[in-house]
Amino acid sequence: MTYRVGEPVTIATRAHSGHHRTPAYIKGKTGRIERLHAAFRNPETRAYGDDGLPEMPLYLVSFERSDLWPDTPAGGSHRIYVDVFEHWLEEPK
Amino acid sequence: MSAHDHDHMPITNGHEPAAAMRARALEELLVAKGVLRAEEIRAGIDWLVSRTPADGARLIARAWVDPEFKQRLLADARSAALELGLDPGPSPVVVALENTEVVHHMIVCTLCSCYPRALLGPPPAWYKSLPYRSRAVSDPHGVLAEFGLEIPDDVELRVLDSTADIRYLVIPRRPPGTDQLSEEQLAALVTRDSMIGVAQPSAPALA
Repeated sequence: MTYRVGEPVTIATRAHSGHHRTPAYIKGKTGRIERLHAAFRNPETRAYGDDGLPEMPLYLVSFERSDLWPDTPAGGSHRIYVDVFEHWLEEPK
Repeated sequence: MSAHDHDHMPITNGHEPAAAMRARALEELLVAKGVLRAEEIRAGIDWLVSRTPADGARLIARAWVDPEFKQRLLADARSAALELGLDPGPSPVVVALENTEVVHHMIVCTLCSCYPRALLGPPPAWYKSLPYRSRAVSDPHGVLAEFGLEIPDDVELRVLDSTADIRYLVIPRRPPGTDQLSEEQLAALVTRDSMIGVAQPSAPALA
């Protein structure tokens, strides 16, 4: 696993037309690594009948609410935790 | 041509919803192409509908009475479920998250309806609804208020979006006034919604 717990990461914004499990609301946003889960088969190729290998490392990444929806007033502060595969993670610029 | 020896119209009540028709067409194709046998599909559905939140509640009640078990549950919920003889389901990793005086967790799947079905049974309809899936991440305080749950400002609110292979389960706080209850009585207080993180466990009945 390339990244360590506590490290900041930015979610890639690249276009991806097929099935993928990276929600749009975190693309281009910066969060921090909370957990290193394990490696799992890649849903982007499994969705089309492939075996999904090689397995890809999966991380739990957390985001500050105000970083995701800066223009929306909130009822309170909270963090959002999302499972993200390593090939969607980049070092923050 | 149907899977057995004669053609016939599908057995429906004549008012089949579009989603059900699509599911049936997919099922027939899977069987016709030899990907799955009809018995396997039926067995899978039987397993799904046989699961109930009572299994999750047993895990929580044990964690409330046994601090060492709680640590094992937090470290590896799948193994902890197996230890109690429960079926943790096909997901390779189940993660339990503990609610405390200072942290509250709630679970959502914004992309579809990922849910710890093995331990909680089928997800409620609202869990799969677009309003819950979108608002749980953007306005969880508002959603929780609609469930009747106020999260004080000094409590850190964490929303878990289960987007991949991990299944999350909330360990709710043990209600006050339950010191004298047995593990079985405690399990009866652990509701499905409290393990999703949108409610507290039930209050004990007054003796």
